[in-house]
Amino acid sequence: MKHEETKGRRISLEEVNRIAELARLSPSEDEREQLAAKMSSVIDFVEQLNELDTTSIEPLHHVLDLHSVLRDDVVRPSLPVSEVMKNAPQKKGDYFIVPRVIKGAET
Amino acid sequence: MSDYAVTIGLEVHAQLLTNTKMFCGCKASYGAAHNSLTCPVCMGLPGALPMPNRRAIEMAVKVGLATGSTITRATKFDRKNYFYPDLPKGYQISQFDKPICAGGSMEIRGLFGVKRVGITRIHLEEDAGKSQHGDDDGTLIDLNRCGVPLIEIVSEPDMSSPEEAYAYLMEIRRLVRWLEVCDGNLEEGSLRCDANISVAPEGERGVPVEIKNLNSFHGVEKAIRYEIERQSEVVRNGGKISRMTLLWDSDKGETRVMRTKEAAHDYRYFPEPDLVELSISDQMMAEAHEASPEYPWVRRERYVGIGVKPDDADVLTAEKEFGEYFEEVFAGCNNEAPRAVRWVIGEALRWRKELGGGERFVVSAYATAEVAGLEASGKISGLAAKTVYEEMARTGRSDPAMIVKEKGLEQVSDTGALEAVITKIIEDNPKEVERYRGGDMKLKGFFVGQVMKAMGGKADPKATGEILGRLLG
Repeated sequence: MKHEETKGRRISLEEVNRIAELARLSPSEDEREQLAAKMSSVIDFVEQLNELDTTSIEPLHHVLDLHSVLRDDVVRPSLPVSEVMKNAPQKKGDYFIVPRVIKGAET
Repeated sequence: MSDYAVTIGLEVHAQLLTNTKMFCGCKASYGAAHNSLTCPVCMGLPGALPMPNRRAIEMAVKVGLATGSTITRATKFDRKNYFYPDLPKGYQISQFDKPICAGGSMEIRGLFGVKRVGITRIHLEEDAGKSQHGDDDGTLIDLNRCGVPLIEIVSEPDMSSPEEAYAYLMEIRRLVRWLEVCDGNLEEGSLRCDANISVAPEGERGVPVEIKNLNSFHGVEKAIRYEIERQSEVVRNGGKISRMTLLWDSDKGETRVMRTKEAAHDYRYFPEPDLVELSISDQMMAEAHEASPEYPWVRRERYVGIGVKPDDADVLTAEKEFGEYFEEVFAGCNNEAPRAVRWVIGEALRWRKELGGGERFVVSAYATAEVAGLEASGKISGLAAKTVYEEMARTGRSDPAMIVKEKGLEQVSDTGALEAVITKIIEDNPKEVERYRGGDMKLKGFFVGQVMKAMGGKADPKATGEILGRLLG
């Protein structure tokens, strides 16, 4: 992938910072620079679609030619709690334990 | 309470009464052992694939039809991305731009009058798990609730007072219970409510502030009232309302800031790639129509049409069960609405509240109709009928005729026996007889009283009146 100039980029460093924050990632300064460049070139690539006239084309939400695959409301066995807890780094009784969340800090 | 224009919109989440979760076959139930109702799908393990619950979709369509919404025949699910420990996938499967229902409304009533509140949209989504705070070791997570189906009902900002918001929420609760799609329990969280409130000088546009955590009906009213006061005060002092999310603290009776605009979420919605599009078939629409009961407001009008007073019709349609009970009693009362209303509201519902904890009728509709019939035919007096009813309510018996016999409550309409008693009364009260014959007609009541006293209240009033008239005449 060719390296872009800092100027005229589609994705700014601020946007990279915001996306990193939302994704709970902490890239280094260098990585942030690289990400801004790479993400900008991805956008440039997709931008080619704008060269086509898509006014009469319905948006495609899924590539499979299938719809309405549903399930009847019938109970199936859940996993045994001992299985469930195998992946838990920390537990207390049958609870998972996670680092303390300040009550009401988020949804 | 405020000199400004108040605008309120509510977002109500209702947990659907399905057997299983929204996208997997785990049982959707309350109170099971922690983390015992989970599987790779609802825990968000890599590679697990969700599959929507047909029943949950049917329930959402039913609510959509009842609110006059347009059902989105080609709908889909989207991912709403955010991090929180009770959401192990890191996203909630919800609906963004194609909610299953859109553009409905609900009529609400109260001291403010009658008002129609618009419903912007109703969408399907999955619930998150439960976090328990306050433990020394950290936050405890139970994922049993994770993936339980919810519908979110979003109103238009059409309400302008706490009373209207309360009435709207009660109406939503009645509807979801009526349709048997949700048990409507705010305290246990099967119904949840967030409010958006803005206050602005007349003619101006306010900035909506969201309040979360409204977990009781009165809490909703109180929190909204508090917030209107708070915002009015800010506006009055020339301040600016800033967009933010507040939490209602029911113990302190105040709202506090949960997050400000700067920390606003960006959910980065995109179509859920693990699910294909969903089309609501003609057959599904027809089945939902078929499965929909007579709506409460339709039933109310029908009752008014058969002679029930509007206020009584409101009581009889508060719960679907009341109407079914009423109709059985009504049929047993020869379709006399006032009589049936008196028995259902005056007796059956009173005893339901007093002895049934407000949860169940203590006397069956059939037995209620039977007592009403005994009274209507003159076999027992109104007073005796109440005695019989109380006996049934307290003992659980359902054989009113037998109780009448045991307690000797039959009215005496045997003219021979009545005549003998009345003749004796006339002989014993010559002065009154003279005054009555002299034109003091009010004394008729005195004679009826004497007869009732002599017969222990069991004289048939109609027969008594006839005989008295003839013998005194």
